[in-house]
Amino acid sequence: MLRFILKRLGLAILVAFTVSFISFSLLFLAGDPAIAIAGENANAEDIAAIRELYGFDRPMLVQYAEWLWNALRFDFGQSYYFRLPVADLIAERLSVTMTLGVCGILFALLTAVPLGVIAAIRPNSLIDRIALFLSVAGQAMPSFWFGLILIVVFAIQLGWLPASGASSWRHFIMPTVVLGYYAMPAIMRLTRAGMLEVLSADYIRTARAKGASEGRVMFKHALRNAIIPVVSLAAVQMGFMLGGSIVVESIFALHGAGFLAWESIGRNDLPTVQALILVFALFYIIFTFLADVLNAWLDPRMRSS
Amino acid sequence: MTALPDIVEITGPTPGQQLRKRMFGHQGFMIGAVFLVILVLIAILAPVLAPHDPYSQSLGDRMVRPVFMGGTWEHPLGTDHLGRDYLSRLIYGARISLLIGTVAALISGLIGTTLGVAAGYFGGRVDAVVTFLINVRLAMPVVLVALAVVAILGGSLNVVIGVLGLLLWDRFAVVMRASTLQIRNREFVAAARAIGCSTPRILLSEILPNIFNNLIVVVTLEMAHAILLEAALSFLGLGVQPPTPSWGLMVSEGKNMMLFEPWLVLIPGAVLFLLVLAINLMGDGLRDVTAPENRN
Repeated sequence: MLRFILKRLGLAILVAFTVSFISFSLLFLAGDPAIAIAGENANAEDIAAIRELYGFDRPMLVQYAEWLWNALRFDFGQSYYFRLPVADLIAERLSVTMTLGVCGILFALLTAVPLGVIAAIRPNSLIDRIALFLSVAGQAMPSFWFGLILIVVFAIQLGWLPASGASSWRHFIMPTVVLGYYAMPAIMRLTRAGMLEVLSADYIRTARAKGASEGRVMFKHALRNAIIPVVSLAAVQMGFMLGGSIVVESIFALHGAGFLAWESIGRNDLPTVQALILVFALFYIIFTFLADVLNAWLDPRMRSS
Repeated sequence: MTALPDIVEITGPTPGQQLRKRMFGHQGFMIGAVFLVILVLIAILAPVLAPHDPYSQSLGDRMVRPVFMGGTWEHPLGTDHLGRDYLSRLIYGARISLLIGTVAALISGLIGTTLGVAAGYFGGRVDAVVTFLINVRLAMPVVLVALAVVAILGGSLNVVIGVLGLLLWDRFAVVMRASTLQIRNREFVAAARAIGCSTPRILLSEILPNIFNNLIVVVTLEMAHAILLEAALSFLGLGVQPPTPSWGLMVSEGKNMMLFEPWLVLIPGAVLFLLVLAINLMGDGLRDVTAPENRN
């Protein structure tokens, strides 16, 4: 087990370094970042000054090494726009995004798992059909559009919920539903498929033959086994969701890290954008690492692969 | 000379005939396919079908309501904030969505299939490298990276297509790798190797045709994915740029008038939802009839 963890950790670190290099190189995609920072009306002298100020005249690899060395100590440089350390900006905004991510995944699990279980126990029933419809619709639903519809109905027409901001828990209800619905279809399908597979297993028949109550069979024997892959999928989805929160945060004007990313991109604030790409990637890497370890711990067969 | 019995009576229907029968009998697949064909025809025939020029502004006719909300047949779905005919913009918008979906899926399909088949067939170090690349790609936050690249390179149709094509290959690689692993040790591959076929030939004429069904399923799903992402990018203002009639952009432009004219947001979003739904239904249906074992 320890060997598996170390190997997996080594891979995670290698992936993290590669992602850091890619997110750093993005800055150089346009050719000269100094021109991008200086803006359209800058003259040659301004550009040269900026180039020297930020050290863009040095070789790219030297700049990357310096950036990485600083990033390892949580120093992502200064934001061009706010003139503040990027790390402080992100730390300040991250709590909103994390709250949203946790609420979103909880919403997804609390709706998807019960629906998936009932759908598996009663295949082709009305609930199975509703669950299928919800998951097919969820996969096709543009989240920005879903968010706007919720605003029209619950904020404008009914006036039940605030349309934007993050000052109370009520502000998080609609964003949670939008972000959670994005993760729901995959979790529900996996729960349903897992339960269907487990329910036809021999040990379920044995448990029933022993005279175990149906509730005990379902929850103690079936669900406990079917839920293992669901937990790791939820961890992976959580990583995706944090990266995808940019759309939701921009619709509901939740000033989290995703909103910061959107603003910073619009302002050409490249150090902030680079750092945010790396931070979101790190979250994904950490969540998938935890999911793999959890999987290997629960299911020793996974350790060999 | 007596008539020979019909060949079908002896051998039964061919696998192709069976497949077609299952496809036509699959409700979800047929609904999705019919809707998609209609939309493709609308996109191709846009110049004939659109009642107005999608770009021509008429500031005197701003935000005319659709005919079912008290408007006139002059503008069946009303006009936007610049007085442009909404139906015509929707019809031309189908072109943008379908073009982006198709080309992005082709680019990412080419990258992902090459990587996946190589990893599955050669195994060993090639597999390790490809698996690593897939891990790296999955760790990159797609929306954020796409937004940043579009912001740096400037929003245009080509940039959006290119970025999405370069970002969405992961599922192709994962599925093609698994499919190749499943068949690489089968007899017909060994036979081809034994009679001295070159490696490219084995890959192209033995492996590829046998994983083609799975490939098509991923193509449809990634097409839907690319269409949704383009709409999201355009909605955030960093995708296709105005005045191009992209559905995501139309939702974004309608957002400011949402309080009084919610139909400006509802109509383009609904069409986008239906298109993605149709493609997904088709993809799910294809998976059901070609490779039911891959359902999850």
